[in-house]
Amino acid sequence: MVLLVPALLGLAFLTLPLAGLVIRAPWGTMPQRLAEPEVLDALRLSVVTATAATGLCLLLGIPLAWLLARVDFRGKGLVRALVTVPLVLPPVVGGVALLLVFGRNGLVGAPLHEAFGVSLPFTTAGVVAAMAFVAMPFLVVSVEGALRGADVRYEEAAATLGAGRWSVFIHVTIPLVAPGIAAGAVLCWARALGEFGATITFAGNFPGRTQTMPLAVYLALETDLEAAIVLSLILLAVSVTVLACLRDRWTATP
Amino acid sequence: MKPADPILDARLVAERGDFRLDLPLRVDAGETVALLGPNGAGKTTALRSLAGLHGLSEGHATLAGRDLDRPAERRERVWVAPERRGIGVVFQDYLLFPHLTALDNVAFGPRRRGVGRARARQVAADWLARVGLADFAFRKPRELSGGQAQRVALARALAVEPTLLLLDEPLAALDARTRLDTRAELHRHLERHDGAAVLVTHDPVDALVLADRLIVVEDGAVVQEGDAETVTARPRTDYVARLVGLNLYRGRAEGHSVRLDDGTVLTADDAIDGDAFAAFAPSAVALHADRPEGSPRNVWEATVAGVHRHGDNLRVQLDGPLRAAADVTPGAAAQLGLVSGMRVWAAVKAAEIRAYPA
Repeated sequence: MVLLVPALLGLAFLTLPLAGLVIRAPWGTMPQRLAEPEVLDALRLSVVTATAATGLCLLLGIPLAWLLARVDFRGKGLVRALVTVPLVLPPVVGGVALLLVFGRNGLVGAPLHEAFGVSLPFTTAGVVAAMAFVAMPFLVVSVEGALRGADVRYEEAAATLGAGRWSVFIHVTIPLVAPGIAAGAVLCWARALGEFGATITFAGNFPGRTQTMPLAVYLALETDLEAAIVLSLILLAVSVTVLACLRDRWTATP
Repeated sequence: MKPADPILDARLVAERGDFRLDLPLRVDAGETVALLGPNGAGKTTALRSLAGLHGLSEGHATLAGRDLDRPAERRERVWVAPERRGIGVVFQDYLLFPHLTALDNVAFGPRRRGVGRARARQVAADWLARVGLADFAFRKPRELSGGQAQRVALARALAVEPTLLLLDEPLAALDARTRLDTRAELHRHLERHDGAAVLVTHDPVDALVLADRLIVVEDGAVVQEGDAETVTARPRTDYVARLVGLNLYRGRAEGHSVRLDDGTVLTADDAIDGDAFAAFAPSAVALHADRPEGSPRNVWEATVAGVHRHGDNLRVQLDGPLRAAADVTPGAAAQLGLVSGMRVWAAVKAAEIRAYPA
């Protein structure tokens, strides 16, 4: 009984704000609200950039997870720690760090600008970079776990059937860990979609170019509360959908 | 006519901690050799080193005149990766790819070897038909029974037309009934296979039925080699004797007598001299309440250590100067009133004891 009261208080604390969001929503004008160009722009930009960031994470994260799971090398513990830093790093710090490296005068940014005239900060590509930076660890951790759990003897069987390393990876390893990759990609996408700190620091807040949903919510809060609520509701719906997708892996009781 | 060279010529040396495997292995084309031995004898290590999943530390593996693995003796090490060895493997728990249908599992090998998709599927369908699973082509492995999965695994290994087929405990995961059918079926396919086959098993029945030749491996070394008849009639270690159900003793022979290490003398019909084995079947032992008169040459007094069912008969464990197993009918056991601890007389005719050089 002593524990029941704080437990219920805790539950209320977690659920009431969400309930408030749903109750305060301008349901009557919702269709028009959703059709407003600013809302649609932010929504479109968010979906496109989060998807691109997830693609980038898959491209780089799966090989990285493979390296951590299957290859023995010195300093592996350090590498794994470095990979997970963005998980705990305040996103704003990530944004500042990205700015220092990829900015016009940055370590990588300066030669990149000189050679190709490419500059990442304050562009849509910059948004993708900021999202990938904070979201990649989710994918790497998930895929690495799946790879560790996969039975390497399937890969040996594939080798005896004539499959080289690359062929084994594509035709056996990837399909075997597909559920882990899918879960990692969904988490990664959700994290990218909600990205705020690193994005606003590294890419700024230009409508249609770098103003994603969370940025639009923050801005709308000062000018148009109802718009902020509508945008928040969309993000809430996405979160709930993600949770539903992962229900077997995350909310199942052991 | 000069006898053909063996298609597989190997000396498999592998080390893991204190364990050392040193196994010479020569197999002719069309021949099936069984590596028989207890768990941990090194059989699977031998198979894995042939397949290229485990490098040799010494020795060599040569298949059809091509060195697959030869650790550096003078120059560079020769090493052929598993995917280039032309060796098919049927794994103990089959390892069918769970995300592919039976058909695509079998087509996997041909596809990786550059055969087009349609052609590979045709080849796979033919193999599935040959193992009697044409109707199961589009099932996923989890929808197959143990026996069916075993046959798909066999079809998958054979579909790459391997020069050497390796089978690791191919029947161990099956229940008794399925095992019988699958063993017969596997035998048929091994007969038809042109290449060599090496089978690893700890089940003597599998080895005797499926293989042309047996190699008994214990603690990483060969302890006995020969065809089924020789190995079953003339076991050379306690392990083999237990497998084939014989009482086995070691001693020194002089003519018809074999003097065992503990001083007991057994009389056999075979006359040899020197270090020898003496073996007899439990069914050759007759038990009596009193000392038997007349013909049997080998008679000793023993204590009944235990009695348990063995097929239609009872198997009696005898302690005494000679530890032995004896088979008696339930009728005879009832007549003797056999119970643990009682004293009996055991008798074996000389004609029932085989003596052979150690």
